[in-house]
Amino acid sequence: MADRFAPGDRVRTRAADPDGHTRLPRYARGAVGTVVERAGAHPLADERARGGAPDPHAVHHVRFAAADLFGAGDHDVVVELWEDYLEEAP
Amino acid sequence: MSDHHPSSAISAGVRHVEALLESRGLLDPGEIDARIDAFLAGGSPANGARIVAHAWTDPGFAGRLLADANTAIRELGLSMAGGLQEQRLKVVANSAAEHHVVVCTLCSCYPIALLGPSPSWYKSEAYRSRVVRDPRGVLREFGWEPPADTAITVWDASAESRYLVVPRRPEGTDGLAEEELARLVTRNGLIGTAAV
Repeated sequence: MADRFAPGDRVRTRAADPDGHTRLPRYARGAVGTVVERAGAHPLADERARGGAPDPHAVHHVRFAAADLFGAGDHDVVVELWEDYLEEAP
Repeated sequence: MSDHHPSSAISAGVRHVEALLESRGLLDPGEIDARIDAFLAGGSPANGARIVAHAWTDPGFAGRLLADANTAIRELGLSMAGGLQEQRLKVVANSAAEHHVVVCTLCSCYPIALLGPSPSWYKSEAYRSRVVRDPRGVLREFGWEPPADTAITVWDASAESRYLVVPRRPEGTDGLAEEELARLVTRNGLIGTAAV
């Protein structure tokens, strides 16, 4: 399956608080960041935690400015996120 | 597994499940411990230190390491394939411009094959919750802070990759052999919570 995102793409993370397990950390929800690089493809942890055996989906390192996550800080945070958590950001 | 679960209720629950699996013949007594021992065998910060010392002395290797760490570390006889499946390794290198530090905010993911079992502070809620928000403050508490004009990047191991930091090579080490350089590399340096 073709990757939906490439390095340099601006992406927004899902804001919803899902039921059950997820690997989208709460502090990184609803935030806009930039794709750094692909981090392989793996079955979505959320679905595996529900007992499913999903096909691998692309995972990306996404770089965020700390100020965009926490309202303060001059550092960056790179979070490793399944493409399922991401949508294009303008 | 009790080291990883401070709650004795969880430990008791795990032991109960183990006992049920053993009583049904699905698990041999001691099998889980044996598998954990096998997974940990050979896991040591000395492996990470070898990788770093080689990267310091061989720019070609350093480039391959940053581009595709899983393939590059096989040149040193190392591998991320010791568990149920090969784990992806992501290596980041510190410079005057950028300092990297690694955390797993959701649990305690860690490259055991290259660093051995993780230190207790790495698994603490204090480290996991604070280093993403205030890395400079946390590093200060570790006893070292990057220069003010060095940008800090925190890597959160929130999915399937494991991470290793290549610290900056200390000044005045030009004459040292690779083995001597490796002895300078500390575990905290490989996580990014110290300079070397």
